[in-house]
Amino acid sequence: MLDLAAALSSAMALVTSLDPQMLVIVRLSVLVSGSAVLLAAVIGLPLGALLALSDFPGRGALVVAINACMGLPPVVVGLVVYLLLSRAGPLGEFGLLFTPSAMVAAQTVLVLPIVAALSRQVVADLWEEYGEQLRSLGASRPAVVATLLWDGRFSLLTAILAGFGRASAEVGAVMIVGGNINGVTRTMTTAIALETSKGDLALALGLGIILIGLVTAVNAAVFLLGHVARRRMG
Amino acid sequence: MLKRIMIVAAMLFCAAPQVSAQERFITLASTTSTDQSGLFGHLLPMFRAETGIWVRVVAVGTGQALKLGERGDADALLVHDRAGEDKFVAEGFGIDRRDVMYNDFVVVGPKADPAGVKGAPSVAEAFKRIAATKAPFASRGDDSGTHRSELRIWKSAGVDVKAAGSGWYRELGSGMGPTLNTAAGMNAYALADRGTWAGFKNRQSLVIVSEGDRSLFNPYGSILVNPARHAGIKAADAVVWHRWLTGPKGQAAIAGFKIDGEQLFFPDSK
Amino acid sequence: MNRETDSILPLELDGVGYAVQGRRLLQGVSLRLEAGTRTIVLGPNGAGKSLLLRLCHGLLEPTEGLLRWGGASGLAEQALRRRQAMVFQRPVLLRRSAFANVTYVLGLLGMPLVARAEAAMAALDRFGLADLAARPARVLSGGEQQRLALARAWAMEPDILFLDEPTSALDPSSTLAVEMAIHDFHVAGVKIVMTTHDLGQARRLADEVIFLSRGQLIEASPAATFFKGPVSGQARAFLAGELVC
Repeated sequence: MLDLAAALSSAMALVTSLDPQMLVIVRLSVLVSGSAVLLAAVIGLPLGALLALSDFPGRGALVVAINACMGLPPVVVGLVVYLLLSRAGPLGEFGLLFTPSAMVAAQTVLVLPIVAALSRQVVADLWEEYGEQLRSLGASRPAVVATLLWDGRFSLLTAILAGFGRASAEVGAVMIVGGNINGVTRTMTTAIALETSKGDLALALGLGIILIGLVTAVNAAVFLLGHVARRRMG
Repeated sequence: MLKRIMIVAAMLFCAAPQVSAQERFITLASTTSTDQSGLFGHLLPMFRAETGIWVRVVAVGTGQALKLGERGDADALLVHDRAGEDKFVAEGFGIDRRDVMYNDFVVVGPKADPAGVKGAPSVAEAFKRIAATKAPFASRGDDSGTHRSELRIWKSAGVDVKAAGSGWYRELGSGMGPTLNTAAGMNAYALADRGTWAGFKNRQSLVIVSEGDRSLFNPYGSILVNPARHAGIKAADAVVWHRWLTGPKGQAAIAGFKIDGEQLFFPDSK
Repeated sequence: MNRETDSILPLELDGVGYAVQGRRLLQGVSLRLEAGTRTIVLGPNGAGKSLLLRLCHGLLEPTEGLLRWGGASGLAEQALRRRQAMVFQRPVLLRRSAFANVTYVLGLLGMPLVARAEAAMAALDRFGLADLAARPARVLSGGEQQRLALARAWAMEPDILFLDEPTSALDPSSTLAVEMAIHDFHVAGVKIVMTTHDLGQARRLADEVIFLSRGQLIEASPAATFFKGPVSGQARAFLAGELVC
């Protein structure tokens, strides 16, 4: 029988030995999820702000759709991205399938709705407070978007972290579009799935503990930075 | 502030070992059973040392591997479902199918053997006894080569598992490893390939209860994906792999792969 | 910038009204706001004072009537807005330093980057905020925040400054500082339009009084006339009531 002690000691062994194969996996995980979150932020923050600030026909439906997409099943996203990137698919000629780029694309699709929906909320709340003043100052639309995003930066960081959490935890999408190729597209989560299927539950759980530790560390670092900055900025 | 975090992260990652540049590579769609046995870890470095070609293995069920080949998402296949392979080639998706090796399936089940499978004269008889006692059976249920073989054995045993109902026949829709995990957890019988079983660690009370029957023979074939069907297929390097695997060096390498002193795959290229 | 010759004033209101879902909050307001003077808007709660300011400033569109800037022929709405400033009861300051709050509006006005720092420091200095320039605006005291809002308005060099109850949340010394600031604007030739509850403040600052009650303009007269002997009964009652309290 497996016990947590075995999993913990296998996690410790992985960390203390700095196993180069594991470092490659950790590095790829963070790189893929980090890039996906960065891309999602670049698209999602202005998109969320626009949804908060502008009124157009179908806006309500779009907001509902984006909110609903926060719960998109990763496997479905993976499948759709696979069909797009497959050599038989419309983007096949770029040869992106089973590469980290494909994984970034799939995770971006997963993270984008979270970032957009949460930043829409943050920006809408800020607009309540700032709207009259900014209009009084004659701020143009792009200036308003930039101002609200910057002034909401601490709350938006939380939105981005939520996206990072979802990206780094999902396995369904990266498994399909990445292929879990050893040394090329194997991430923490696909490695955990693999070790589980090999029946090496201690190693799988050990990897899981490292993943949780990593995500916790990222969150703690951002929380601390935010805390300090918030105290300074009021 | 965000920038500072990113700089620190970037520094961290420059220090981490880089993935070696893999300029020249092919994508091989193969089965979880082959991959998880550790065979590729044994073969690929030898092949790479000789030819400079990296082989990226995408390990899925045989059904999905054939699908990847159909869509041109792999350059070569190494799978185990003779009927499916022949159909794949006949429909023009693949070319030059060759025998590579075989291993065999084993029937695993709880040590207590509630269905009395041990000692059955044939695997078909063993399956009949499982059905008769309604002892739990964990099926891959994922259209893999192993699943297809299992269905053929049920057919030869005269058991209609689709009509079995009553909950003893459980289709998991999972790979070999997860199926074994589940079987171990609910003391069920299961059909497994010997390679995965040999490398499997979470056996709990499972043991081999039937092996050696002719119908448990599990041959693997190598197929080249037809480069005429899709643009971008790395036909030239795939041919190098295909010939190496079925040639003397690859065959010797397969014979040399052992777990705990036990040979798992037997080369049979003609 | 020469406020005497190219001011957007005077501002003329012709039958201006504002209704929300059929409820008429302001109606039939016709008046003329001349350059240079200090106009104080008085009236009981709910009379429509803040609403009138927002309509004049363009934050709200009137649902009836016309609003015309006499000196602004050919100016687009945004350009027009940039010649006006408004200070609210609770200043809305951005989450950045006091200094950056001022340079921010200078950026909006299109001032070249190199010129902003000097102009911003001059404005902060004028209202005694130079030492606080680097402090985050949101951690300043209420009085300091309101002075920063005024400094920000000053840096904009507006033709007209609207103030909506700018001192109602402040202690006496901060109130005094704000009144001095308003005086500075006046001396610089900026038209002042301000609402207040504080009749003493109104007497100290007003050149002219606009008295509103229940969404209607009741009186518009020189301050001396208004405080000596208001024409309407409502204004008399208002002054008396407030004085008794």
